[in-house]
Amino acid sequence: MRNMVIRTLSLLTFLAAWWSFAAINASVEWVPAVMIPTPPQMLEAGWEIRDLVPADVAISLLRVFQGFLIAAVLGVLLGCLSGSSRFAENIIDPVLEVLRPIPPLAFLPIFIIWFGLGEASKVLMIAFSAFFIIYVNTYQGVRYADPLLMRAALSLGASKRQAFFGIGLPSAMPEIFTGLRLGIGMAFFVLVAAELLAADSGMGFRIQEARWQFRVDRMFFGAALIGTIGFILFALLKFVEAKLLAWKPSREAH
Amino acid sequence: MKPTLIADNVSLCYGPKNSGVTAIESISLDVEEGEFVTIVGPSGCGKSSFLSLVAGFVPVSGGQLTLDGNPIGGPGSDRGVVFQEHALFPWRSVRENIAFGPRVNNVPRSETNQRVDELLELIGLTRFQNSWPKELSGGMKQRVAIARALANRPKMLLMDEPFAALDAQTRRFLQDELLRIWQSTKTTILFITHGIDESVLLADRVVVMTARPGRIKTIIPIPLARPRDENTPEFVEVRKRVSDALLSELKMC
Repeated sequence: MRNMVIRTLSLLTFLAAWWSFAAINASVEWVPAVMIPTPPQMLEAGWEIRDLVPADVAISLLRVFQGFLIAAVLGVLLGCLSGSSRFAENIIDPVLEVLRPIPPLAFLPIFIIWFGLGEASKVLMIAFSAFFIIYVNTYQGVRYADPLLMRAALSLGASKRQAFFGIGLPSAMPEIFTGLRLGIGMAFFVLVAAELLAADSGMGFRIQEARWQFRVDRMFFGAALIGTIGFILFALLKFVEAKLLAWKPSREAH
Repeated sequence: MKPTLIADNVSLCYGPKNSGVTAIESISLDVEEGEFVTIVGPSGCGKSSFLSLVAGFVPVSGGQLTLDGNPIGGPGSDRGVVFQEHALFPWRSVRENIAFGPRVNNVPRSETNQRVDELLELIGLTRFQNSWPKELSGGMKQRVAIARALANRPKMLLMDEPFAALDAQTRRFLQDELLRIWQSTKTTILFITHGIDESVLLADRVVVMTARPGRIKTIIPIPLARPRDENTPEFVEVRKRVSDALLSELKMC
């Protein structure tokens, strides 16, 4: 309770600081007033383009979900393979270890050349970027599943297959979820970058368009909108995670 | 009584042949059906390694290990294992943990349920059947682990210092519980411990092992009637024989 109060106060203080800074700037004109909009100005700018917002949000979310879905399926699948079989690990892991340190955005121009400016390049770019973090976490989770629990399962008569699906995979669920959460964050990050660079719709594109129109207030609104949507997605995933992983001993208990 | 577990000249070496470490050297031991055998020894003497061999987690390097005449070639549901840490599956309820063995062995559902109900009753945790392991105390977790190992109706229960991580009162309580469970299920038990009191309190026979490499130093039968009382002169006398055998080993370390 006390924590919530402090957190709310912190947020309100941040908002007040921004507002007063923008207001002071507007009266003394360190920089032109349009450069730093106040919170109400930002919301007003959003209201002006309210007809465009739902379609922008929809197309952006569609891109994120498509890309994220591909990344999640491939990341979890390959992560499980590398984590559970030394043979698969030797085949899959070296290639991914080489590609992983390259910031995914470095591939964006290549993807645009390969897949054009349409939906495919953005979706695949998102999938490519989110894949690595999901793969690595799944792989680690499965690979380092508690050997004691595996022994217990085998001693109870489980086959290797049953031990993997019954024990290895569930015990890796916390890591897999961490991967998915980081993956969604990465998907969002890359979505905006791709939309800024190569799109004619979506939340990122709307920021870029506002830049051409020199509408800083609309750019602020676009950023705030992306933040809000991202926050909601994160909260949803957290909620599902808490439901699915309710068996996990909390950190305080240890 | 015929022997159920026969260890014949069993040895275990780690590392490369000839130059590796010998953990266990020529252990020969017969465990009779329904018998309660404890193994005590200095830490690092290979007593847990011996249990791993019987459980089938590790293959023997030499000699033969048979259960009812069949060589042990891997883990199997005819041997239930209880580990020092409870090793319960944290995402499964108490009930699902106990049902895991019968389920992976394709025991019909109704029979599984019946077994689980009986075992819950036996360990006195029927009330907690739908709890998660994290909601149980250490002693309760270990009782569930025992029930889970018994759910396959194994020929043998292998216990690797199962009470070592518990506090003294809980340990004393679980020792009595285990004796009660043993007497009602008549399962053969091989029990590893470093506690001299514990070994004498529980066992029909105490196997004392030597330090590195692990060999059997002596086997001491415990002729005391149960329930046993640690304060009787008979108990103290047998206890002294075990501790003397063990202490001469410790001095050599």
